[in-house]
Amino acid sequence: MIVADQKPIKEIKKMLQGRQNVLAIGCGTCVAVCFAGGKREVGMLASALRMATELDGELIQVDEAIVQRQCEKEFIEQLAGELDGYDAVLSMGCGVGVQTLADHYPETRVLPALNTKFMGGPTQQGVWEERCQGCGDCMLEYTGGICPITRCAKQLMNGPCGGTSEDGRCEVDPDTPCAWFDIWERMEKLEIQDELMQVRPPKDWSTSRDGGRRKIVRKDLQKPELDDGS
Amino acid sequence: MVDVMMKDGMKAGMKAYSQLERILASGQFAVTGEIGPPKSHDASVIRDKCALLKGFVDAANVTDNQTGIVRMSSIAAGILISNEGLEPVIQMTCRDRNRLAMQSDILGAAAHGIKNILCLSGDHQSFGNHPGAKNVHDLDSMQLIRMMREMRDNNQFQCGEEIKGGGPPLFIGAAANPFAAPVALRPMRLKKKAIAGADFIQTQLIYDMDRFREYMKKAVDLGVTESLSVLAGVGPLKGAGMARYMRNNVPGMSIPDHIIDRMEAAVKGISSDDKKARMEASRAEGIRICIEQIEELKEIEGVAGVHIMAIEWEAAVEPVVRGAGLYPRPEGIS
Amino acid sequence: MDDTTKYEPQIIAFCCMHCAYAAADLAGSSRISYPPSLKIVAIPCTGRTDMGHILKTFEDGADGVLVAGCLEGRCHYQSGNLYARQRVDHVAEILDQIGLQSERARMINISAGMGAKFAELANEFAETIAALGPTGIKKKPAAREFPLPEGKTE
Repeated sequence: MIVADQKPIKEIKKMLQGRQNVLAIGCGTCVAVCFAGGKREVGMLASALRMATELDGELIQVDEAIVQRQCEKEFIEQLAGELDGYDAVLSMGCGVGVQTLADHYPETRVLPALNTKFMGGPTQQGVWEERCQGCGDCMLEYTGGICPITRCAKQLMNGPCGGTSEDGRCEVDPDTPCAWFDIWERMEKLEIQDELMQVRPPKDWSTSRDGGRRKIVRKDLQKPELDDGS
Repeated sequence: MVDVMMKDGMKAGMKAYSQLERILASGQFAVTGEIGPPKSHDASVIRDKCALLKGFVDAANVTDNQTGIVRMSSIAAGILISNEGLEPVIQMTCRDRNRLAMQSDILGAAAHGIKNILCLSGDHQSFGNHPGAKNVHDLDSMQLIRMMREMRDNNQFQCGEEIKGGGPPLFIGAAANPFAAPVALRPMRLKKKAIAGADFIQTQLIYDMDRFREYMKKAVDLGVTESLSVLAGVGPLKGAGMARYMRNNVPGMSIPDHIIDRMEAAVKGISSDDKKARMEASRAEGIRICIEQIEELKEIEGVAGVHIMAIEWEAAVEPVVRGAGLYPRPEGIS
Repeated sequence: MDDTTKYEPQIIAFCCMHCAYAAADLAGSSRISYPPSLKIVAIPCTGRTDMGHILKTFEDGADGVLVAGCLEGRCHYQSGNLYARQRVDHVAEILDQIGLQSERARMINISAGMGAKFAELANEFAETIAALGPTGIKKKPAAREFPLPEGKTE
């Protein structure tokens, strides 16, 4: 899932400065389950912003809305006509949601309340960790199911570097496990550690962000064109 | 082009005919040192450091934005070192350059006659003075080693295109940290670097001779030393405090208690007010220990030389090299 | 003549049925007084505490919010009061960020028999709030909320 967290209230206030009527729109999918932009969080942020701006002497009326998924047109279409009375929309969706709203309602100023952080999942209650960078050329087959592009600070494909601590932590942060230490342990457990002797060749980053914005087209799923015969 | 001619005329098995390579090929115990470039464009800093190392080492490493702190570039400093008549080993990290910049820099270095290049992953930028920088890591050090070998031996760029006029003569180096976790993996990793194409290895600082002996035995058994030369990292300690700091903070640093005890014993009896005398006594013991360790390393099978890292203490190189019976260094060998 | 301008801090106290509510009740029946402007809302367990509710309570005019639960380690539902503490701490941080004082939200832990203690803590809290003064937030009509589309839940 996409994992995000809220921008600090101070930053959001600054973004909304000068406005009087704002609609905060949450999303019922990824950001709801990481508790950054679901219905509950919309209520809390709207409440906090109303109070904060009132105390500043520049009350902003913040209304609250929620859609099932902000990244899909079918769920945001229902907002048509509802946005005119607002000076801005504060999207509490991930970056995809913010942009989908903005693309669909180009006459409305859409502002991001969240910082979208990564693709990952909950590893324990209240903790979410990054697991995938979307490199477009998955190499999990070679590393026992642990992604070095995401989980190694240096994206090593033939790791580890010399900085692993004695208890298997990354040199960058003692709380972060060394991905290659974990890969080695995992592959030992699977009895395939000899595979690590192969020198993994340089990655083709063109399938990643480096190659430019990516798109997937599925001809089998697109809406077929009817041939009128005209 | 001079380099191309040299390549054709090279002795069988020689890759670049650098001074370091020639000494290793001749079976003599090699000595390399290290120069940290300045955080400025002041070339005189390089010249001063060269003066302390010249004649005592076969080649001197130049670090590449070490610890993520911006310093004069390794290649530029390497050229200055060459101009002083000392052979450089330039270091190239994977942190700051993509494969285009790497190949471009390699060609540039070779154009200036630089042959020894050490491939490193690079310390993470969060340690340095530009922690918000984007890190590159287009290739990792293993892939860099292989890429350099292919440029040299197959006259090929990484993309497969031919390097017209032939590839650069390179003596390819890599680093090893024998005691970093996971320890069981390290000899295998050394072998992998040999397979990738490394010609020589410089290890992290070694203070634990027993553990290093075990490591080298595994390396020899794996056949690693048949295709590359291992230079053990050594460094004179300045004091017990420094030793303890390194043990606690540097990954893979294994410093036995008896070494720390000796460093502490060195200042026993000297008043804590007499800082100068304490420092002199500490340093003298540090140099003594370093010399002893080099003597032990000479006896370990597979160790082809030492890489002396006298951190901010280049003046220590001379007494260490002399004391270990490694002076004078061989002249240019044919 | 009554001093009608004396400021009475408006406090809402969310009290768990098992301990805090009983303690407040005991204080009342023992004639140990606590401020009349402190209004009690009974909840089954402080674990029911919803951070959004607390914020809305401030929006509706409360100057202080007290969350009162069982003694730690003695929650009738094991760890409800521990969750409550985390949430009250989080609300306190938010209050700080919006320009209200974090002291305005507080969690206390008492057992059912501690009537006098309840009154003592309630009075103490009321004094703290009185010293801080009113929040300056005026109660307003409720914000407009768009319901979820029919049939869809989050």
